[in-house]
Amino acid sequence: MTHAAATVDQMRPPYPAERGLDVYNTKLGMWVFLASEVMFFAALIGTYIILRFGAPGEWARPGIVLNIKITAFNTFLLICSSVSMVKAYAAIQDGDPKKMRFWLLLTILGGATFVGIQIYEYIHLIEHGFVPSGVREGSELAELVAKGTLPAATMGLYGSTFFTMTGFHGFHVTCGVISMTYLYLTKALPGKYTKQSYGGIETVGLYWHFVDLVWIILFTIVYLI
Amino acid sequence: MTTVAATAQVAHGHHDDRPFIRKYIFSTDHKIIGIQFLFVSLFFLLVGGLLAMQMRWQLGFPGKPMPGGGILPETMAPGGVILPEYYIQLVTMHGTFMVFFAIMPLLVGVYANFLIPLKIGTHDMAFPRINMWSFWSAFAAGLVMLASLFVPEGAARAGWTMYAPLSARHDYSGAELGQELWSISIVLLGLSSILGSLNYITTVINNRAPGMTWFRMPLSVWALFITAILGILALPVLSGAAIMLLFDQILGTHFFDPPAGGQALLWQQWGHHMFVSGMNPTLGSSFMVSTLVIAVPSAVKTFNWMGTMWRGNLRFTVPMLNAVAFVAMFVIGGLSGIYMAATPVDMFIHDTYFIVAHLHYVLFGGSLFALFGAIPFWFPKMFGRLMSEPWGKIHFWLTFVFYNCTFFPMHILGMAGHMRRIYDPTQYDFLKPYQPMNEFISISAFLLFATQIIFFVNFWWSLKKGKPAGLNPWQDNGLEWTLPSPAPHGNWERVPTVYRGPYEFSSPQVPEDYLPQTRKLPGDREPAAVSAAH
Repeated sequence: MTHAAATVDQMRPPYPAERGLDVYNTKLGMWVFLASEVMFFAALIGTYIILRFGAPGEWARPGIVLNIKITAFNTFLLICSSVSMVKAYAAIQDGDPKKMRFWLLLTILGGATFVGIQIYEYIHLIEHGFVPSGVREGSELAELVAKGTLPAATMGLYGSTFFTMTGFHGFHVTCGVISMTYLYLTKALPGKYTKQSYGGIETVGLYWHFVDLVWIILFTIVYLI
Repeated sequence: MTTVAATAQVAHGHHDDRPFIRKYIFSTDHKIIGIQFLFVSLFFLLVGGLLAMQMRWQLGFPGKPMPGGGILPETMAPGGVILPEYYIQLVTMHGTFMVFFAIMPLLVGVYANFLIPLKIGTHDMAFPRINMWSFWSAFAAGLVMLASLFVPEGAARAGWTMYAPLSARHDYSGAELGQELWSISIVLLGLSSILGSLNYITTVINNRAPGMTWFRMPLSVWALFITAILGILALPVLSGAAIMLLFDQILGTHFFDPPAGGQALLWQQWGHHMFVSGMNPTLGSSFMVSTLVIAVPSAVKTFNWMGTMWRGNLRFTVPMLNAVAFVAMFVIGGLSGIYMAATPVDMFIHDTYFIVAHLHYVLFGGSLFALFGAIPFWFPKMFGRLMSEPWGKIHFWLTFVFYNCTFFPMHILGMAGHMRRIYDPTQYDFLKPYQPMNEFISISAFLLFATQIIFFVNFWWSLKKGKPAGLNPWQDNGLEWTLPSPAPHGNWERVPTVYRGPYEFSSPQVPEDYLPQTRKLPGDREPAAVSAAH
């Protein structure tokens, strides 16, 4: 352990090294990571666009399979959690760790509730017969397909893209909640964040806003249009 | 002067008192991680080579029992005779192991990890723990891929490019678990490369030593930095595609499934491999032009290499011999690339052995010769000892000869119409006259493989018995050569100060032929940040 501390000291030379950017490593690393995340979601969303526009027939109209209202509430919740993240960041910049803990906890709760609602939505959808491969035979939705309310030819693509995109987003939110909980327990509660040192909050905040931004895009293209 | 400084560093070197498992297994030291990548990827190079030997046996001597093939199960090679189902697995897994688990980690995993902090003058990567995870996820990916060879239906069999829809549906590929393990492995490997690239980019931007300005940075670090930037942008897309492929296989999604409206061509990204996919000829022409234009910067860099050597005072050590061979072989691979960039010619040679020859000149000639140069060059900094020069030279010349005997005739086979991934060439009358050439290629390939034993023996022998290297056995200018061999944990007590670029050879300012980046000459100014602090 003493050695680990010595290694950390080595990472900071006694004089300022010539820097490429005036940004600390974790923040720069998070920006680079987010660049790769942009490309990952671009691949998923790009696939969705190509498959939907090249689909052999009409796409399911919004609001038949998916419940827009509950997800609209979930979207609102996630946006609110981005606001509370900013409040936590602003609080620690002002040197108020108590306020920071409050807002961080609120952000964690917002994120966790989002994931909970999404799991509830998934269970509900699967019960009604909406699965990654399309529509399950003999289910409630299969009857709608038989009646012609839902297009038979494209339901497979609808299920594939819906579950992949929202599933990966939900996975990212879960990772964010876990990271924030970890930081809350190991850094925020023991009072390790101060006015001078709050890198973890800033870095996890960047990630959180990115995940929020992706959701706004996904909600629009998957649920609304 | 450098010697004195470095000896002082040995005396003050960080005493590394971590337990064995943290020091050598779950290490966060970039040098240990680089060495871990080296051993693991050399192992996969051997696996890929063994698979290739079996393919060459079948192509050279189709239908004959393979020596030692009796140990393979009935489902692969009954009585030692390779079955078509096993042959296509060999083709797929040879490509997979060589590209993803041997060449890519050897070029990037080993040398980016080992060299970037040493060459830019810092103590370690920006995120040492993420670096460790990067290695272990690559290791897990390798284990999964290796395990897929032993599952009941056999390994993946859709070719290493895994083109959908063949790869996406089990009733098309005929392998269920093998295909799924392939996708899982590639997703894990993609994660490893993203974590690695993230680290390389951050480290190069933020952790350079005082005076190590962008344009004093060695070209090797520039190359690794640019590779990391390309990787961080391209690999998430590849991972995304691999995940969709995996979902098609295990969740029954329809991304690449044309009957359900999916698009198989989504899998293929680069237009210049798709001239025969039925693409619009106008689009094909634009891809043709852009592909041909790649030849221009490639030629610039090749002439640059040759111009650097021209009338230079070359010392033909093993690394240098391999480096020169790399240039020559890469040029052949580059020139054959121009043939297939031209759509009319590509229509004829597409998916023939001409392509196989081309990609082996680029990948084997362009990568492995570079590695056979790089491994003995940085071996002393990794292990403190030099590899044997005479055995290195014997290994080089035999490899060079057998390599060309193996891959050059493939151009001729390809022009004769010999198909790629073909199981038994003697089934076709028009290929029968070329069977002696196939036999010649196979025997050369066996000899090429046998030659690598020399390399392995030299490698292991030198680890224990090689000549102690000293600080700077090659008289190079880079920062890593100011450190003891092997370099200590944490590299520098205090990071060095850099006064010039890395290529000051035959400078009139000093009597020696080389001028290290850290040596301060009377006219050199201190970097601003340093002088401000002192």
